[in-house]
Amino acid sequence: MAKVEFREVEGRSGEYYTLLGGLAFLAACGLGAAAYTDHVGHIITGMGNAIPWGIPHVFAIFLIVAASGALNVASIGTVFGKVMYKPLARLSGLLAFCLLAGGLSILVLDLGRPDRLVISMTHFNLKSIFVWNINFYMGFFAVVAAYLWVSMDWRLTGLTKPVGILAFMWRLALTSCTGWVFGFIVARQGWDAAVMAPMFIVLSFAYGLAIFLLVLMASSAWTRRPLGDAVVKKLKNLLGVFVAGGLYFAVVQHLTNMYATEHHGFTRFILLEGGAFTTMFWIGQVLIGSVLPMILVWYPGTAGSRQAVGLACVSVVIGGLSQMFVTIVGGLAYPLVLFPGMEVSSSFFDGVVNSYSPSIWEITLGIGGIAIALLMLTIAIKFLRFLPVDLSDEVADPHHRKIEAADSEVVAEAAEAA
Amino acid sequence: MTKRCPTDTVRRQVLVGASALAGVALTPGFVLMTAPKAAAKTASEAATDKTRWGLLIDTGKLDKAACDALVAACNAEHGLKPASRAEASAQWVRRVDIKDKTTGATKSLPVMCQHCENPPCADVCPTGASFRRADGIVLVDKHICIGCRYCMLACPYKARSFGYEPVSDQKPSSPHGVGTVSACTLCVHRVDVGGIPACVEACQGIAPGAMLFGDLKDPDSAISKKVSEIMVTRIRADLGVEPGVLYAGL
Repeated sequence: MAKVEFREVEGRSGEYYTLLGGLAFLAACGLGAAAYTDHVGHIITGMGNAIPWGIPHVFAIFLIVAASGALNVASIGTVFGKVMYKPLARLSGLLAFCLLAGGLSILVLDLGRPDRLVISMTHFNLKSIFVWNINFYMGFFAVVAAYLWVSMDWRLTGLTKPVGILAFMWRLALTSCTGWVFGFIVARQGWDAAVMAPMFIVLSFAYGLAIFLLVLMASSAWTRRPLGDAVVKKLKNLLGVFVAGGLYFAVVQHLTNMYATEHHGFTRFILLEGGAFTTMFWIGQVLIGSVLPMILVWYPGTAGSRQAVGLACVSVVIGGLSQMFVTIVGGLAYPLVLFPGMEVSSSFFDGVVNSYSPSIWEITLGIGGIAIALLMLTIAIKFLRFLPVDLSDEVADPHHRKIEAADSEVVAEAAEAA
Repeated sequence: MTKRCPTDTVRRQVLVGASALAGVALTPGFVLMTAPKAAAKTASEAATDKTRWGLLIDTGKLDKAACDALVAACNAEHGLKPASRAEASAQWVRRVDIKDKTTGATKSLPVMCQHCENPPCADVCPTGASFRRADGIVLVDKHICIGCRYCMLACPYKARSFGYEPVSDQKPSSPHGVGTVSACTLCVHRVDVGGIPACVEACQGIAPGAMLFGDLKDPDSAISKKVSEIMVTRIRADLGVEPGVLYAGL
């Protein structure tokens, strides 16, 4: 395996500025939507007192979960010593940093009083899982920045492994906390479960890797840098495993609920009678988000195609957003059980499935958060050496020569036999 | 002397900017964490845990009309008006109609913040804006609520409302402005000067004895005597949050 060289992208082409301009426009739209919401109040969103978290939280939590997962590529190289992943570590760290920033931007901009953000940094209720998250997010920025620093400064190479291990541990803790945002809510039928923390970790592996693969393939193609099949094959196979892991956790979650009579109502709601939520679960989460990508990355007819891998990644993203929607909004739409065994009604929508129609403002904010993440990434790769110059098989694959040699031996043996 | 490459200069500027941003992002978490908290009330004014304010609601004495009347009294007391969207209207107390699925028996009762001993809303609130006063009243500090709405997700009683749009003519004693969360205050502004909640007062005229307000820690109070004589029900008692609002006849 040859030495991997990193270089900034030139960033002077019309295409680069078009990309930059497009992302800046979307980010500005998101900021504008947030400013307007702040001005007139959340009345312009589809949220209400029964469903106070909606599309902004779906996008934000998806990005935050994906952020910790995007760092996984770096961890595999640094912590577990897999040589092929090492050239990808810088991009992995950068993407993790940017995705978290994008996700947090949405969360902050959706606050009822974003002007009071500083209060969340000066007043801490340490029993709040939200506070644990805030501190893990801030620490994540610091740890990933430190990881990138030691990865890029040849004088600090010796620190890469310990800092990488810290980053890996940190991201596991962070994603657990994100799962616990829901797992700790005792009153909600669909959330109160320990499985939330490990499930979110596995989901993060899939979401983060899907976005990483998309960014890697796009940046290689657009900067005309070689990207060999060995790297793509390795990553897409791993994506398939992570997607299968996520599906397994979904099965565990719903099978457990199906067994417990107490949870029959919620399970029936999500799996059978929840209307849009049921559709999002089966079509979005299961079919598009799980089954389709597994077919695309493993079925021999498509497994070798870059387009199929790209489509699989997009499917995972769509499935991930669907799963977050089903988990967050579905969990809120199902009525709170105040009086078990009773039929309940009130002027405050007790006992009924709560309705939610997201408005264009909150969707724009969500898309704006994605744009902020990608905008940061697009700018960063112009000024620092995050992208490898060459990831062709000869450079990136440690077994490339051996395979070639083995192949030639096989050919020679076959020729001899003939 | 070698000339500095323009890319290097720009890169340096980007790095300086990024470092400054990182500093701004990280500083609050690690430095301002030690900032002193706002001063509390003076000792002479502070609520103490020698008192545990509670409410006993006898559902047998309440019908739908009585429930509606006490809801109206609450809305009037706190200046709560319908929002332009029904789902966004603040309701600090609401009438809930329940029907036993097996027997068909029905009942109507008011449900409001249950002023829990272990309030999940206060547990999850990142800034401590949702808090339980020493005397058991659960409140929202409107000065430090950032409007994240996490408490609304955590409340087992769906007792909280968010300010979805600007409101005018707010009562000084009952702030519920846009962008923050509000809920039943147990009429703390009345209680702190020796009064009783508006809903309880309204009830006295239309359904005498249906609502009893008082100190659950005072063995001589009417509410303490009553709850020691009859079996009371706590909504979602299984959660162990120990509500201060107790129900009879459920």
